[in-house]
Amino acid sequence: MEAFNNRNVADNGYFMVDIEDYPTDGWGKFKRVVKRTFRGELFVGLWVVMREMLRFDIHTIQYPQEKMPIGPRYRAVHEMKRLWESDAERCIGCGLCEKICISDCIRMDTKIDENSRKEVSSYTINLGRCIFCGYCAEVCPELAITHGGEYENGSEQREHFIMYEDMLTPIDKMKAGAQLEFEGFGSITPHEDARVKKTPLAY
Amino acid sequence: MDTAYLIETVIKVVVLLLVFSALAGIGTYFERKILAFMQRRLGPMNVGPFGLLQVGADGIKLFTKEDIIPTHVVAPIFKIAPVITAATAFMAAAAIPFLPQFTIFGYTVHPIIADINVGILYVLGVMAVGLFGPMLGGMASANKFSLLSAARAAAVFISYEVVSGLAVLAPIMMVGSLSLVDFNEYQAGGIGSWIVWSQPVAFVLFWIAAFAETGRTPFHLIANDHEIIDGFGTEYSGMRWGLFFIGEYANMFFISFVIPLIFLGGFGDGSVLGAFALLGKMAFFFFFFLWTRAAWPDVRPDQLMWLCWKVLMPLAVINVVITGLVMMF
Ligand code: SF4
Ligand code: SF4
Repeated sequence: MEAFNNRNVADNGYFMVDIEDYPTDGWGKFKRVVKRTFRGELFVGLWVVMREMLRFDIHTIQYPQEKMPIGPRYRAVHEMKRLWESDAERCIGCGLCEKICISDCIRMDTKIDENSRKEVSSYTINLGRCIFCGYCAEVCPELAITHGGEYENGSEQREHFIMYEDMLTPIDKMKAGAQLEFEGFGSITPHEDARVKKTPLAY
Repeated sequence: MDTAYLIETVIKVVVLLLVFSALAGIGTYFERKILAFMQRRLGPMNVGPFGLLQVGADGIKLFTKEDIIPTHVVAPIFKIAPVITAATAFMAAAAIPFLPQFTIFGYTVHPIIADINVGILYVLGVMAVGLFGPMLGGMASANKFSLLSAARAAAVFISYEVVSGLAVLAPIMMVGSLSLVDFNEYQAGGIGSWIVWSQPVAFVLFWIAAFAETGRTPFHLIANDHEIIDGFGTEYSGMRWGLFFIGEYANMFFISFVIPLIFLGGFGDGSVLGAFALLGKMAFFFFFFLWTRAAWPDVRPDQLMWLCWKVLMPLAVINVVITGLVMMF
């Protein structure tokens, strides 16, 4: 994870390559040819690849069996979170995510339930159109819709929908306390509690 | 011509064809693996243990693929071109002594199909005829990239024919024979009598020309995949393309036999050790083909011509002249 976070390219040992001027006259060109012939640059190339072969430091990830660790900010297929306190769904059906979605791929419907609360009656995301920009997660006031780490979402047709029930954290997983908070786009920054200022009562 | 000789020759031909077709397949496996390791990859891993059966999978794929003859191609030439490549590659093998002679069930076997007295000339000549494969294939394909590639192939092959011919002339002058068996006997006295010590320039020139004639990196301009799709093979599919491939790999193997036979003592005195030494040398030269492919970039066509006509050919001529002078006095 450290390597992911280091964005500082300035002091990574970059330097300008020393390039000689090109010879213009015949004698200069001849000298360059002779120099290059006997300097053995070709053998440097041979040695480099041979060294890598002997070192056998293979970087292949055999994908279906092995997977790269992905960053917590990775934006893959969405998830719907539940409240830690009551296990109830966090989504209040405000519709902000539907409004902001620049690909217009969220469709939702709401109704008033028996307790006179707004409730989501249907909610789908067309993953075929979603560009995984993260605006929905950022705009959501309840931290309800977030991105998850599941990127293997191939399907046999272009319009590939995901339903509310599939995104929602399963209740047993919630009971086990295994719901993961999203650390990426739109989430609360760490130590936010300490930084919150109370509104003075004088207002 | 007695029957025993006929039967022996037929058996040798069949064995050679089978062994080198199989080797061409296994050669692709080694090429992929070695290139992969040099580039810190794993190469084929999924078919069979360590991907060993990948060759079989490729074979099945090549054999069962549809054989497409595009609409505007000159069909007869288009169809015959890959056969020329593969056939000439194997024909060239007829004059190569692969192993020292050995006795099996009281019968002495010479592992050379025809010890003709113009051996080396024949090998180089037939390999040069192989030029017609890529050239006719590219010209008949009705595809401008194939045509470009065919033109390049003609240029490269003809140019480097000159270099390889002149380079090998000096050793021929020393040995005084064109038969590869005679070459081998000339150097039978151990490492000290290898021709490479007296003809280092010819050795290097011939080696360089071998890269051009097999069309391998750094002279991979013929089927220059990174620039003109697959060169002359663009329009080919299935087994016809596979024949080009087998031809290329068989050529690599044969030239890897020829270089040690001419310059590095061949199979030496003909003992079992000598036979293994020849196989070892062959393996090294084959490995070197793969090694350079991982390490070196391709040169431009004009650089290739420049190298051939302005550097290598003069060097080869000077080498021949000096050899002649030394032999005269
Ligand atoms: S990630 Fe972007 S495109 Fe996808 S549903 Fe959210 S707002 Fe729409
Ligand atoms: S997911 Fe968030 S933004 Fe979308 S309707 Fe529910 S609460 Fe509103």
